[in-house]
Amino acid sequence: MNIKQIVGVVVFLLLVFIAVPWAIASSGRWDFYYTLTSVALLSIASAGVWLTFYIGRINIGQGAYALAGGYVSAVLIMQVGMNFWFTIPLAGIFCALLSVLIGVPILRLRGVYFAMVTLVLTEVMRLAALALPITNGAKGITSIPLPQELSLFGLTLIPDFSTLENPKLAFYFAAVSIMVICYAVLWRIVNSRLGHLCRSLQQNEELSASIGVHTAYLRVLAYSISSFFGGIAGAMFVAISQSIYPSSFQVADSINFMLNCFLGGLGYVFGPMLGTLVLYFGWDLLFTTGRYQLLIYSSLLIALILLLPNGILSIFSRKEKRS
Amino acid sequence: MSTILEVDGITKKYGGLVAVNNVSFDVTEGEILSVIGPNGAGKSTLFKLISSFVRATSGTVNFKGDRISNLTPHTVARKGVVRTFQETTIFRSMTVRENVVVSHHLRSKASLLGFFFGSNTARADEEAFGRSADEIIEFLGLESISNEVASNLPQGHLRALGMAIGLATDPAILLLDEPFAGMNHDETMRMVNLVRSLRDERGITVLLVEHDMPAVMKISDRIVVINFGEKIAEGSPAEIQSNEKVIEAYLGSDDDEIGL
Repeated sequence: MNIKQIVGVVVFLLLVFIAVPWAIASSGRWDFYYTLTSVALLSIASAGVWLTFYIGRINIGQGAYALAGGYVSAVLIMQVGMNFWFTIPLAGIFCALLSVLIGVPILRLRGVYFAMVTLVLTEVMRLAALALPITNGAKGITSIPLPQELSLFGLTLIPDFSTLENPKLAFYFAAVSIMVICYAVLWRIVNSRLGHLCRSLQQNEELSASIGVHTAYLRVLAYSISSFFGGIAGAMFVAISQSIYPSSFQVADSINFMLNCFLGGLGYVFGPMLGTLVLYFGWDLLFTTGRYQLLIYSSLLIALILLLPNGILSIFSRKEKRS
Repeated sequence: MSTILEVDGITKKYGGLVAVNNVSFDVTEGEILSVIGPNGAGKSTLFKLISSFVRATSGTVNFKGDRISNLTPHTVARKGVVRTFQETTIFRSMTVRENVVVSHHLRSKASLLGFFFGSNTARADEEAFGRSADEIIEFLGLESISNEVASNLPQGHLRALGMAIGLATDPAILLLDEPFAGMNHDETMRMVNLVRSLRDERGITVLLVEHDMPAVMKISDRIVVINFGEKIAEGSPAEIQSNEKVIEAYLGSDDDEIGL
């Protein structure tokens, strides 16, 4: 990492952990916490989608893994009585394993064919949640308790959320922390040899195989990391809404995860984060425009796609080229 | 010199069409062997069979005694049999140097997890790959464009880059698919010298498929000729040039029935 990057990371951390809570406290817009927590979680799921883009696959099925992760967490809390914080990694691992089973056959497909199958996945997962006995059908799983205390050797690492004065703030910090970890992992993947091999896969699978890359293995690996992200995002969502239904994550959500990546920029690790912020927050901010909300929103999206086809973050590399 | 690659009765059928029919030949270590034949003779299919990009209907290919046919491309590459492509196949949006560095994959000692955490082995690997990439780039005379994005390069350079990618895998045999296609005389002669130096300076056995007859005659130690998927001749350039069957295949035979 160079100095510029370190400064960028420090500024970003100060912004999300200090500046944002301060701004919300002084403006009194406490509802923004819910919005920003959602943005943080959705951007984790979008980060996963972005990684599948990075191996050259269009993934419109992240909603399936977010839903599966949510149910894993809910079932473990309600039926096994497990501490919520342990269910997060378990939900991620469950989704990663599930995605290996699903990914091995479908990752042989390319382009629009892979995209179509993943689009179906979300719907399949929703129907499965409706039909399986453990998920409690259309009634879903409700009144899930707030996250319990997490302690190590009697030392409280994370306090019990139900004793907190302001659980909204706690959820915000938890979600943003997980997001920061996920993006650090993603950044490291992309900038290590693993990422270079993913790029080689994206650009030419035949050539990649002929230089000795086990392409099938690498594709499944990237897809399972992607689904891991989807799973933990879903699990965290359950804790915040304290409920999960088959309709918690739908095809529209899967499409949004993909749009977030497009909007932020497929060539930039932090593209999906910015994309989620703009897409989700933008929609929320336009709420005051009432019935014109959708019109303004879609016009802005079209304008963005026309003006910056490589994503919002490409505005910086454009400037560099000109100067 | 010993036999390094042994093609034994290899056959590939696509439905009723026989693309390659019972072709056998040996490649001796350290030689440059060309496979020639008219358009559609099955040369490219033969290459794909050797590198396991397609599965053989029958017959085998052995490399140093191990069967390498009907495996997967990456396992064949791992054994040291590496192909370059007919089309100018490269990693388009990487720079020349990135192309070559990433192609060192087979030489890496560290695991992917090691690369993720930046272990000592991984860092040593990366450093070694960088040095080796620079050396390969210099060997092929690509220093001046090493930081150019590959999609901006002209054809001649792309062909050389394809070869650099092949070299990065440290192959025992390099399969070159039409290395001289679309080149003018000067470029072809430069490429001929380059292919020779692969063998002379790096000890790589070269198997190539080519249309350009003058270049093939100049470069090859031996030539295998195939037509309609079958081998019709094998021998030194001089032998091939005077072989009746070869002349017939390329120029056509007298047709008695219509009195020509």
